[in-house]
Amino acid sequence: MSWRVDWQASVGLLGTGLKYLAVTMFVPLFVAVVYMEDIWVFALSIVLVMALGFALERIDPDPDVGAREALLFVSLAWFTAALVGTIPYLLAGFGTGSTLANPVNALFESMSGFTTTGATVMGQIGLEHHSHALLIWRQLTQWLGGMGIIVLMIAILPEVAVNGAQLMASEAPGPELQKLTPKIAETARVLWLIYFGFTIAYVVVMYGLHLAGFAPNMNLYNAVAHGFTTLPTGGFSPHAESIAYFSAAVQWAAIPFLVVAGVNFALFWHVLKGEFDVMLENAEFRAYTGAIAVTTALLSLLLVRGAAPPLDIGGVTGGVTENTVRQAAFQIASLLNSTGYATSDFAQWDTHAQVFLLFVMFIGGSAGSTGGGVKVVRWLVVFKTIRRELYTTAHPDVVKPVRLTGSVVDEDAVRGIAAFTLLYVLLFGFSAVFISLDTARIGIELSTLEAVSASLATIGNIGPGFGRLGPFGNYEFFSDASKLLMVFLMWVGRLEIVPVLAVFISALDSD
Amino acid sequence: MRVVIIGAGEVGSSVAASLADDHEVVVIDLDSDRVDTLTYSLDVLAVQGDGASLRTLREAGIDDADLLIACTDDDETNIVSCGTAKTISDAFTIARVRNTKFLDTWNQSEGALGIDLMVGTNLLAAQSIVRVIGLPGAEDVDYFADGLIQMAEFRMTEETPITGMSVAEADTFDSLTFAAILRDEEVVIPSGDTCLRDGDDVVVIGSPESVSEFARTIEPHVDDISDVLIVGGDEIGFEIAGLLSEREIPNRLVEPDPERARYLAEALPKTTVLENDPTDQEFLLRERIDEVDVAIATLGSDERNLLSALLSKRLGASRSIAVVEDGDYSDLFEAVGVDIAVNPREAIAEEITRFTREQHAENVAIIEDDRAEVLEVEVDKESVLVGRPIHESIKELPDGVVIGAIARDGAYVIPRGDTVIEENDHIVVFAAQDIVEETLEAI
Repeated sequence: MSWRVDWQASVGLLGTGLKYLAVTMFVPLFVAVVYMEDIWVFALSIVLVMALGFALERIDPDPDVGAREALLFVSLAWFTAALVGTIPYLLAGFGTGSTLANPVNALFESMSGFTTTGATVMGQIGLEHHSHALLIWRQLTQWLGGMGIIVLMIAILPEVAVNGAQLMASEAPGPELQKLTPKIAETARVLWLIYFGFTIAYVVVMYGLHLAGFAPNMNLYNAVAHGFTTLPTGGFSPHAESIAYFSAAVQWAAIPFLVVAGVNFALFWHVLKGEFDVMLENAEFRAYTGAIAVTTALLSLLLVRGAAPPLDIGGVTGGVTENTVRQAAFQIASLLNSTGYATSDFAQWDTHAQVFLLFVMFIGGSAGSTGGGVKVVRWLVVFKTIRRELYTTAHPDVVKPVRLTGSVVDEDAVRGIAAFTLLYVLLFGFSAVFISLDTARIGIELSTLEAVSASLATIGNIGPGFGRLGPFGNYEFFSDASKLLMVFLMWVGRLEIVPVLAVFISALDSD
Repeated sequence: MRVVIIGAGEVGSSVAASLADDHEVVVIDLDSDRVDTLTYSLDVLAVQGDGASLRTLREAGIDDADLLIACTDDDETNIVSCGTAKTISDAFTIARVRNTKFLDTWNQSEGALGIDLMVGTNLLAAQSIVRVIGLPGAEDVDYFADGLIQMAEFRMTEETPITGMSVAEADTFDSLTFAAILRDEEVVIPSGDTCLRDGDDVVVIGSPESVSEFARTIEPHVDDISDVLIVGGDEIGFEIAGLLSEREIPNRLVEPDPERARYLAEALPKTTVLENDPTDQEFLLRERIDEVDVAIATLGSDERNLLSALLSKRLGASRSIAVVEDGDYSDLFEAVGVDIAVNPREAIAEEITRFTREQHAENVAIIEDDRAEVLEVEVDKESVLVGRPIHESIKELPDGVVIGAIARDGAYVIPRGDTVIEENDHIVVFAAQDIVEETLEAI
């Protein structure tokens, strides 16, 4: 069977990528040194990954990447990054009884990190149970995955930049690639710089709150650790209580950053150039912020009417209080764009409030943001297409292009978006059934909300679900088969299904 | 004045014909048959060759020319010809273009591309149609003095309330002048007791408010225009849709070609584009053509426009307008039942006439296929009109000239017998074609 793909080129390029991934492991190594922890976990990881990188690079030292090679490379790169990311978990967990010593669990955790999902199988979260270095690596995987490891490669590696547009289009979230500058490497750099800038701003604000006395728990380590997972809409926290561990001031301050993480980063580039109109007139931006405002208002109403019982963590007593509005706003800002932080154990809220949150999880971030899910722009196009279908049923002769922010959406793109959305929903549905059956096989009965949310939270790169999968819950109890399916879902969800499936389909079609 | 005209097509020939009497005209065309025909039919010098080549231009005597008019059917040729001529000559260059994109460029930087005046025929035709749509009942509408003064032509029919009245009875408006009545082949300058008859075309000049009021008197049943159907998506139809949308007038456009329809739908966000055979009666009825205020036929050929306009009228459209490329057919169209036939070539002729009389007239509107003109003139201090009441000075002008309105420092002045015209006033006068030159001389 021939794949009609120059796979050596893809693998060779992968080697280059791995070398640079090894370099990022110096961050946890540095943390280990600072906290005087075991440095061998990361020292050894760096050597292993570096060696693998050099070895793969030799397969094709001068890769020439075309369209199919790009798809293969991007799919491989994310999977390999997740594989390699397990090395520190396995080394650190070896012989300690940590759940991450199991390779399937390690892969789940690593994939959940790089894809910015935030679902965890870590048995006991917290600095009491794991080293600062290992937990910062867990955070860092999300930061690397957020703006995209390929985009990062394009930004810094001249040899990748030549075919960069092809690669970036396969990875960047959203239906189409937006080139901001004539050179793709420049565009990638701009996006990463904006991403970096917001991360720094987050750390400064949070640590500033700490220094000002408003956030006793938000020390420098925590500020950096959460900086790594807020902008990429990740959701990992080194603390079991997630953001509920921190003061109300921290929670309020985090909300704008959460909102920003779901905005198309290209719009900030226009803002930087002084073109505020571009952002304010953007249809997706308006829909995204509008959706946040409306769903926050509705959730506030539900909470005011007592949809959440008094809980240990983030309890809501009902009535109009600062707490009610904060819980509503935070949960929406976190779940709508697929981050997955929590300040309240929403898995214990009343069912109607949970179903409402499930609906919110379907929305997703904007194209070109770090958020997962279907994406606001696709929903806009889908709704406009449906409206057009209904309209043309009554007026069969009308020619009506779909428009977004005044410009016409190409019919091919409309078809692509419809296919994507349908595929997403199908994959989500089948997976929910599979997970439910497979879990029953091992003797655990999932509730409907649990089964549905397990599927949605992984394919949408959201993280927490409901019931046992709640924000303070865990995915550890699933069977290996379900976990591997979820690893697949996170992978295809981050790459927006198409690159991965396209590689499989071209393999099937070519015999 | 020596005038070089490039392109001996319909526009070129008619411009040549209208200029040949008073000026030295040279016409260039690629087609030797046309050149031959022109040599014998008009008193002009016809040169066979490519208007965009220096050699041909030199042969046509571009060095001594005062004016170059490039009016072939090809935009690019016209533009390049003007640019080429500019490299060796100081002649004033006029280029005719169809595509509005060139006009946008030129408007942004006047004189660009070596063109001193760019005339967009499609846009001009679309504008004149949209002006007519805006005034129910009117057959021709034009604005003067930056929109302060309006000229409009109305047809009197049996149903018109003022038919049979005298002008004095009908004229109940302050700022309105009954400038002329076109009756059969005659141009009648009305006095108070002239009677308005069925079939008359009445030309009025006045403030836009009083002209609209007058229009409401004539067509009391017509409300605001709220449903315009453009049948055919040629370039003129496209421009009309754009102009109507700009004025927030709801409009629909029918185009049979799927690709063109898609293009139009993309380019015209506020227009409802329908893709179907525009002569399919069932389709037109389904789209409620009987409730349409105005149907405009812009299908790109005179035959199809005629059919479409008649069909719309037959199926119940209140008013039907057709574009007619061949000016000779205008009367025929209107005779068989089309309410208004608009000739896009008339628009360019108006523009070119306006220019050739630049020293005298600010603006020109040609009435009824060149039977008369309405001119806007700025009065200078040597004029016979300055400093005297109109009833005295009018005697110095040829018979049949009517001073319709005066614009003074941005305000509308009603011309009466004792009104004294001042220097720098803009006056709008009506004159029959045969006395236009004489009138301009006198003023």
